[in-house]
Amino acid sequence: MANEKIEGVLKPVMKGHGGIHVSHNKNTSKCAIVRMPAPAKVVLPMQQHIGAPCTPTVAVGDEVKIGQVIGDTDAFVSTPVHATVSGKVTAVGPVKVANGSMVQAVTIESDGKMELSEDIKPPKIDTKDDFLKAVRASGLVGLGGAGFPTHVKLAFKEDSGVDTLIINAAECEPFITVDHRECIDNSWDVLSGVYTVKEILGFKNVYIAIEDNKSDAFTELMKVAADNADWDDSVKLVMLPSQYPQGAEKVLIQSVTGRQVPPGKLPSDVGVVVMNVQSISFLGRYLKTGKPLVSRSLTVDGSAIAEPKNIRVPIGTLISDIIEFCGGFKAEPYKVIGGGPMMGMALYDINVPLLKNNNAVLAFSADTIKVKPERACIRCGRCVQACPMSLMPTKIETRAHLKDVEGCQAAGAMTCMECGSCAFACPSGRPLVQYMRLAKAVIREGSAK
Amino acid sequence: MELNNKLTVSASPHVKSAETTTGIMLDVIIALLPAGVASVFVFGIRALLIIAVSVISCVLAEFLSRKAMKRDQTIGDLSAVVTGILLAYNLPSTIPIWQVVFGAIVAIVVVKQMFGGIGQNFVNPALLARIVLISAFPARMSAGAFVGTNVVGWDVDGVTGATPMGLISLADGIKDGAPSLMHLFIGTTAGCIGEVSALALLLGGIYLIIRKVISPIIPCVYIGTVALIMLIAFGDVNAMLYEVLGGGLMIGAIFMATDYTTSPITDKGKVIYALGCALITCLIRLFGSLPEGVSFSIIIMNILVPHIENWTKPTIFGTVKEKKEKKEAAAE
Repeated sequence: MANEKIEGVLKPVMKGHGGIHVSHNKNTSKCAIVRMPAPAKVVLPMQQHIGAPCTPTVAVGDEVKIGQVIGDTDAFVSTPVHATVSGKVTAVGPVKVANGSMVQAVTIESDGKMELSEDIKPPKIDTKDDFLKAVRASGLVGLGGAGFPTHVKLAFKEDSGVDTLIINAAECEPFITVDHRECIDNSWDVLSGVYTVKEILGFKNVYIAIEDNKSDAFTELMKVAADNADWDDSVKLVMLPSQYPQGAEKVLIQSVTGRQVPPGKLPSDVGVVVMNVQSISFLGRYLKTGKPLVSRSLTVDGSAIAEPKNIRVPIGTLISDIIEFCGGFKAEPYKVIGGGPMMGMALYDINVPLLKNNNAVLAFSADTIKVKPERACIRCGRCVQACPMSLMPTKIETRAHLKDVEGCQAAGAMTCMECGSCAFACPSGRPLVQYMRLAKAVIREGSAK
Repeated sequence: MELNNKLTVSASPHVKSAETTTGIMLDVIIALLPAGVASVFVFGIRALLIIAVSVISCVLAEFLSRKAMKRDQTIGDLSAVVTGILLAYNLPSTIPIWQVVFGAIVAIVVVKQMFGGIGQNFVNPALLARIVLISAFPARMSAGAFVGTNVVGWDVDGVTGATPMGLISLADGIKDGAPSLMHLFIGTTAGCIGEVSALALLLGGIYLIIRKVISPIIPCVYIGTVALIMLIAFGDVNAMLYEVLGGGLMIGAIFMATDYTTSPITDKGKVIYALGCALITCLIRLFGSLPEGVSFSIIIMNILVPHIENWTKPTIFGTVKEKKEKKEAAAE
């Protein structure tokens, strides 16, 4: 670790159990984020977040501009959806999205002008309540992949003991480099976002956590911070070891604070809020400009992509258009993944829209992605060694096949976060994440009875 | 772009480590090579013949039993080859060939395949086959059978025909005619084909630990505990070293007790299991009527593995505090 010497950077307070070493493949870490021109059309599903779906507020034929609300609901756990290009609404109705489900969506044909809505102005914030309302109105959800509405996460009670904010820039997934680029290309947005949130919500400790394979992100953030008079040492940088899954919320909290989030609890139960670096950077910009979440950055890479890039794209752009912008396929794709190779979802079709929480599109040709034949478990224990939650995946698998509800529960199946470390490590090529999901389904079915 | 029905969809993760079952078994085979070479030096070409017969019989038995049971072929994972080598290493060089074949059938068909094949057997196949052979053909598997033949003009201490473990007792200590510690270390002594050379076995063990195929816990705790108990029992370092280097302890602790399928998965479990193996080995060697106790001790601990694993489940992330509180509440 050549980077240990950066002064003023903290080390993790503890090392947790498990974890694996995956080839980083951060091929695009030197590719600054470039903006993709307006696509011909965008498809905007009314549910791109965890919570209640929105109802479309526009009809076919309406003219819309960027930032205009096109879907909303009264539910608290939900976020509005905005138009991400200017143009005409051509369809309102169900579409198939990346996970295979049918969701109500608004399709907008772009007029190519990319005109901003006149209603966009910086939010006026006097109280915490104003702030949370503004965050909801921005349409922000966790941009790291979870898609949980940010205003819900930030709406903790003042007496709840929440004192720590962690900005997650660990980016432990192989191939993905957008969080890394965000720290470099938009370092001031990141820092100003951190400052504002810290001021408004009164966090005592703020940490920006980054893995040690991104030393230029540290130096850039420190340089920008040093140039700014407001910077004080209450915001600290933490250098994490580059080990998967360092960026998983519970693992990250343990590394940075030494606190463990119990099964079934939230980070706020141990006094912590974790935000992805893209989310905080967006907030930094939004509070200055008022422009809601209409685009996001993502990494496009993999052996089948002709020109790997980090790009900024209007949300709702079809994955096929994104791949086209990156030079198309240079080899026949065997697998296209929305997200990283460890936790991302294999797409059945590339004509699906990019959602708010999708941080990468990776495409691989057949000869470059290893397929291990599934063989019998030899009880080698590599899955147990790898599990960051200290579970015994092989035991959970056995219980799941037996449809043993109590057994699955006692073995802690619900604590599994599906990081994929066990399945990565398995020499017998067993699809353990699939079996963990089976165990969860067994529990859900059993408790529904 | 029309790609419908051409993309592969599967559960994450989409990348996998390079390790495979076959690769692991190949590493074990490589680790077993030095002991094989030593066996040919000590026992002559017949050792090689027995190893070959054992391996071929095991692979053939696996192939035929999978075929008879209409299951997928598994000989490609090389686990039957490992069983074959281990079985041969646990036999004397003078054993009739048909008995080797019989042992291989017991190991593969009865112990392994009848319980579901790789990963499902509850005791070590090679060890149980050895025990069956000892019970079935006591004359062929005991004292007189272990003669070492001098093939390279070395001084081989096997002439008395007894295994080294018959030449030490709690009452008399190391008896006259027993091989020296150096002979035991290098392997120029009487015994089973693969167990004689502590040096060759240690080399293999170090290879397996460096390649991360096995954890050092089981061999270290097993051998260490035997050494400690023997030191206390004999009060003599020479006798302790004799017990550690002689007999089947090295091959047992490094290659048999570390078998994935029949040893605990958790680190804590491995410690308990190895302690149990060591304790039973010492009890048999010191007080039993058999000179050797490694095979039986490992088999007994194999049977206890499911229970050891239940006692040593790792504490699930985030429940450490809960567990502590429960303990404190119980203490009050």
